[in-house]
Amino acid sequence: MNESATIISQAAAVVLKRQRNSMLRHARYVVSENPVTGFAFTLFVLIALCALIGPYVVPYNPLASDTTVTLKPPSLEHWFGTDQLGRDIFSRVVVATRLDFVIALASVALVFAMGGFAGVAAGYFGGWTDRIVSRIADTIMAFPLFVLAMGIVAALGNTVTNIVIATAIINFPLYARVARAEANVRREAGFVQAARLSGNGEFRIPLMHILPNIMPIMMVQISLTMGYAILNAAGLSFIGLGVRPPTPEWGIMVAEGAANIISGEWWIALFPGAALMLAVFCFNLLGDGLRDLVDPQRRT
Amino acid sequence: MLKRTVPARDGKTLPLLDVQNLTVEFQTRRGVVRAVEQVNLTVAKSETVGIVGESGSGKSVTSYAVMRILDRAGRIVDGTVIFSGMNLRTAAETEMRDMRGREISMIFQNPRAALNPIRKIGKQIEDVLLQHAQVDTYQVSEKAVEMLNLVRIARPRERYHAYPFELSGGMCQRVVIALALACKPQLLIADEPTTGLDVTTQKAVMDLVVELTQQRGMSTILITHDLGLAAAYCDRVVVMEKGHIVETADSDAIFKDPAHPYTRKLMRATPRLGVSLRELLPEDQGERAKAAPLVKETVPKDALLFVENLVKEYPRQGGGPVLGRLFGKRPLPESENFRAVDGITFSIARGESVGLVGESGCGKSTTSMMVMRLIEKSAGSIIFDGEDIGKFPARHFAKLPMRKRIQMVFQDPTDSLNPRFTAARAIADPLLRLAEMPRRQLRACCEELAQQVGLPLELLDRFPHQLSGGQKARVGIARAIALKPDLIILDEPTAALDVSVQAIVLNLLQDLKDSLGISYLFVSHDLNVVRLLCNRVIVMRAGKIVEEGPTKRVLAKPQAEYTRDLLAAIPHPPL
Repeated sequence: MNESATIISQAAAVVLKRQRNSMLRHARYVVSENPVTGFAFTLFVLIALCALIGPYVVPYNPLASDTTVTLKPPSLEHWFGTDQLGRDIFSRVVVATRLDFVIALASVALVFAMGGFAGVAAGYFGGWTDRIVSRIADTIMAFPLFVLAMGIVAALGNTVTNIVIATAIINFPLYARVARAEANVRREAGFVQAARLSGNGEFRIPLMHILPNIMPIMMVQISLTMGYAILNAAGLSFIGLGVRPPTPEWGIMVAEGAANIISGEWWIALFPGAALMLAVFCFNLLGDGLRDLVDPQRRT
Repeated sequence: MLKRTVPARDGKTLPLLDVQNLTVEFQTRRGVVRAVEQVNLTVAKSETVGIVGESGSGKSVTSYAVMRILDRAGRIVDGTVIFSGMNLRTAAETEMRDMRGREISMIFQNPRAALNPIRKIGKQIEDVLLQHAQVDTYQVSEKAVEMLNLVRIARPRERYHAYPFELSGGMCQRVVIALALACKPQLLIADEPTTGLDVTTQKAVMDLVVELTQQRGMSTILITHDLGLAAAYCDRVVVMEKGHIVETADSDAIFKDPAHPYTRKLMRATPRLGVSLRELLPEDQGERAKAAPLVKETVPKDALLFVENLVKEYPRQGGGPVLGRLFGKRPLPESENFRAVDGITFSIARGESVGLVGESGCGKSTTSMMVMRLIEKSAGSIIFDGEDIGKFPARHFAKLPMRKRIQMVFQDPTDSLNPRFTAARAIADPLLRLAEMPRRQLRACCEELAQQVGLPLELLDRFPHQLSGGQKARVGIARAIALKPDLIILDEPTAALDVSVQAIVLNLLQDLKDSLGISYLFVSHDLNVVRLLCNRVIVMRAGKIVEEGPTKRVLAKPQAEYTRDLLAAIPHPPL
């Protein structure tokens, strides 16, 4: 198999003469190669658009109640119907995208910074660094994670910042462990030895040589936890922690609509729930595509 | 050497394997690549055919196509493969599954990867036997032990229960051979069966394969890049280049009178006795061969590196003290430390190149890593240019000014380059860190270094996976000479390269030494290669130096028994 791989890579290297625009072309290739990735990227762009310009283009004010149109089913006027206070559900679902998206992005960025660095340090230095990081991760894993997140938000206070912190903390072990394992494998790799010979210090090697090399794997982790982070934020809001009404947020909206399902007003919970599902689905599918994007080996 | 006579091919007896016009294509991102084109190959009953070629020549792909185990991107687009009257190209997958292992079997390059790491070796042999219903379940373990005995594994009944990690590379390859021969196949395909093994092990394994296949009247296809090996063990040799067969001839004839220029080029590049470094290069570079000086015999006495009583100890593995205490076991009698390097003393003079030769596990790499200050020593002193560098802890050495003066070229050019750094960035790394060169001068300096090692400038912006093996080796060498060091340790710098590339890289190293006055410590298992580049050679075994002396003397009149064994095990093309 080795031989065929070299043939393929050589042929590819010969054809590739120019490096310019390779990233763009590579992105186009990754998307076109796998239709599922293409679909996920389209969905991602849609979600990002909603988050960016959603609040300026929605037909109604998401907070304005109108008692004349309470509990109306979906119609041309109100695409997703209205809730018990007569608020337009479509507008609320679109506007909520920004908050959920920001919570997910912020918590993933935070946990990537914490878990990624701690894990790489643990894997590279070993010894006491490894013991401390690994035991912290084990301790967090020992709790039921959602309950832990509830506890953190309840203790720190009911704010969006604290939701972000809680979500980051419960995801810490996943990042730390992946980064630790990957760094550990590369600790004695030839290029790390070579970096030592070139005079790279003991802190520069894990940061500049090892961390970039484990990015493809971390990217998969990021996309998976993005979905989980959204779900977690919505879950916390659903049980009344974190974001408070009347702020439009998918979790709260599902919670509010849940009581009405029995009486036949299904649309109040269904549409925010569907938005939540689509977002989680999209982030999970994105993983493979993101890995291919940041992996230089794939960019031939 | 064991060699059997070729059965008369009188046209009436059909060949066992008949491959006609075989063409294999690979679907890649940038279009279709033809890996093998219009290949014709016949293997008669009980004949050994060698397929020789460099990486990318399509020799493995050909055999994979015969076995129909190409990966998903590969496709046989043309040709027929007839194996004892049966068309393998059109055979159903279920039939093929039956054929593999029972009629045609294969030995792979890496024996450890070919064995299941968590299953006892005896059980793995039983699996094959039961799969093809060769014996019933009552006799199967007896048969497995018999197979282990056949491949000369000592104490087969005990080894039956061993796991692959408990066996050496050579032993694992014997187990793989037992697996391949268990069902008495008619054709054995050996794909670089000894590439990862030491020369003495290689000889033992190849002798065994030939003897066993001969006993059973089997046919063998030996795929190798080593002309010497093919010449020693094959009846007929097929030379492949870029997917085409360029020459087919009896092995005696092909070495005496190679017809195709590519075969001649390959033969020239193979290191062998009585040939100098310059003579390895292709004929059109012959002028240079005369002009350039050869390895000098006289050596300046001014010592650059002096190593005295160097020791590296590792704690012995297995039955850790905690478990031992838990189960109340007494510590094993041999619980003292394992000495990987056992008190060696040697020196390297300024401008001298010294070869450090030995088989895997002899401590040569550990020695080089200690001298390199990448790992700590247990005892002894390392004096470099009058200063004891052994006293600095390895982890702090990276920042010391002395770091600039000792550099290294690594064994695996792929592994030693950061996959996310371009070639230019890799070469610039030591300049940035140790020479503190301003960034605007970097590019010019990188280009100069690239020119020195013969790396085309347009390749500087490529990533390692876009470069060939030889180009990666050049990047590694450019990085090592970037700081103009006094001593470079070459850790098997050509082991992962094709012979023609090896010839060029070895010549490059010699040129650099002549122009820059660097000392080399050349670590290798191959005496034939060391001979080309080194004034003096040190032979190591089990952590100790067994012989030391001028290269010529050691090769001509080896004094230690072990050196003689090493020399005798190298297969030579009959020239």
